Amino acid sequence: MLAVVGTVPERLPQVLEGHVSLNQERLFLAGQEIAVGRGTTALLAAAAKTASLLGDSPPYACLAGDIGTGEGSLRLYSHLAQKIGSWGARVIAFHYILPDVDWHNRVLLAMDTLSPRPILIADAGYMYVAKMSGQAQSYDLFTPDVGELAFLADEQAPHPFYTRGFLLKEEDRLPELIARAYKNEDASRCLLVKGTRDLVATQEGIQAVIQEPVVEAMEAIGGTGDTLTGMAASLVAAGMDVLRAAVAAARANRLAGRLANPTPATQIQEIISKIPYALATVMGSR
Amino acid sequence: MKSFLKRFRRDTGKSPKPSAEGRQGKGILVFRSTGEVIRAERVLRAKGKKVRVMGPPPQIQTGCDMVIEFALMEQLEVKRILGDVGLEPLGVVPVDSPLLTPVGLYHVKELGAYLMVRAANMKLTVERGTGLIVNVSGGGCPDVPYLAQELVGQNLREAPQPLELGHTLCGYALQMAFEEAMRRCLQ
Repeated sequence: MLAVVGTVPERLPQVLEGHVSLNQERLFLAGQEIAVGRGTTALLAAAAKTASLLGDSPPYACLAGDIGTGEGSLRLYSHLAQKIGSWGARVIAFHYILPDVDWHNRVLLAMDTLSPRPILIADAGYMYVAKMSGQAQSYDLFTPDVGELAFLADEQAPHPFYTRGFLLKEEDRLPELIARAYKNEDASRCLLVKGTRDLVATQEGIQAVIQEPVVEAMEAIGGTGDTLTGMAASLVAAGMDVLRAAVAAARANRLAGRLANPTPATQIQEIISKIPYALATVMGSR
Repeated sequence: MKSFLKRFRRDTGKSPKPSAEGRQGKGILVFRSTGEVIRAERVLRAKGKKVRVMGPPPQIQTGCDMVIEFALMEQLEVKRILGDVGLEPLGVVPVDSPLLTPVGLYHVKELGAYLMVRAANMKLTVERGTGLIVNVSGGGCPDVPYLAQELVGQNLREAPQPLELGHTLCGYALQMAFEEAMRRCLQ
């Protein structure tokens, strides 16, 4: 089972938990309807479509409402520290949340006792706090974009907002940034770096480069990184190893983008609708 | 303050070393949340105070935070200005080593009729001819989906500034991208 943890930009009074359903591009969780937009809802929608294609159960979600004040994030951390061990999830994907090192470490501690230990994926705010806490190596997959990779490579930066300029200027030298992140122990076991070329890397270096099809507009479209993480997480939950899942998800995400024929003004829902066909094509061509 | 300081970053031995040059005469104001920092900066600047938003020293980093650097000799006046609007810092700390500096680099990419501006981890895409905000991407803090929801479909001239709605470092970075897009599109 895949469990997805994150926040949504709504004023939910409490943490919602349960299996999601996706009906005509709308998410339903614990009796509540949640609009799909960029962020954790896009990740969930992509994961749900992937699971449906593979014949798996829909993802389990644990969501709090937070528009940035951090109140929902704190509710979510507290909930996780108590409940995360009871889910029995094979894979847990952590997403939008206000970074808080102390709470992150409490949640990680709660997972340390689990046997088998779930496969851990982190993106967005949870990736930031995983790195800042010095615990990046406890995770199996991070999905940074190029700017976030520079942040992972900067051992002094607690957030991408403080990434030092000399590293941001290195963005055309991704292998060096990847090596630096691993040297500082600030990278997960596998990295999926999203960019003009998507790179899949491990401590041993770059393992795969995915650059076709080229859909330049996708970089501007909010949520394309979320759909990529959602597909990868769902594939891992279905039993695929992390590295292969990252490669397949990167290919499918690009293909879904191409099928949507996007402009920089395209919204993520249009790309999500193309995921089943794109993923089926990629899986069929393996 | 005590509970705030309990939330130290785990000591990984990676903290920046103090610099010999130091920052004599400077102090930092520490607040409960990034939202309070954003508000305090706005209030102090409106009163003509020379303040800067900076990264906190490693000993008090919690995750998504920033502090306000100010001239220590103005401490009483600064606290009074903040008190007048109901803002009370958790603490005032003298600074004797360099603080982290926010990203100052912008990446600007032309995508046909659109312009994508990136500041730190946030990207804002606008239609060049009209200033219409068509997409917000990047980021990882929880106000990002909310900001995207509120800004996309609005014109740069009429849209609320991200700092008015945002609460986090990602919101602050989006403000920087927003201002750069304004400079480039609406000159």
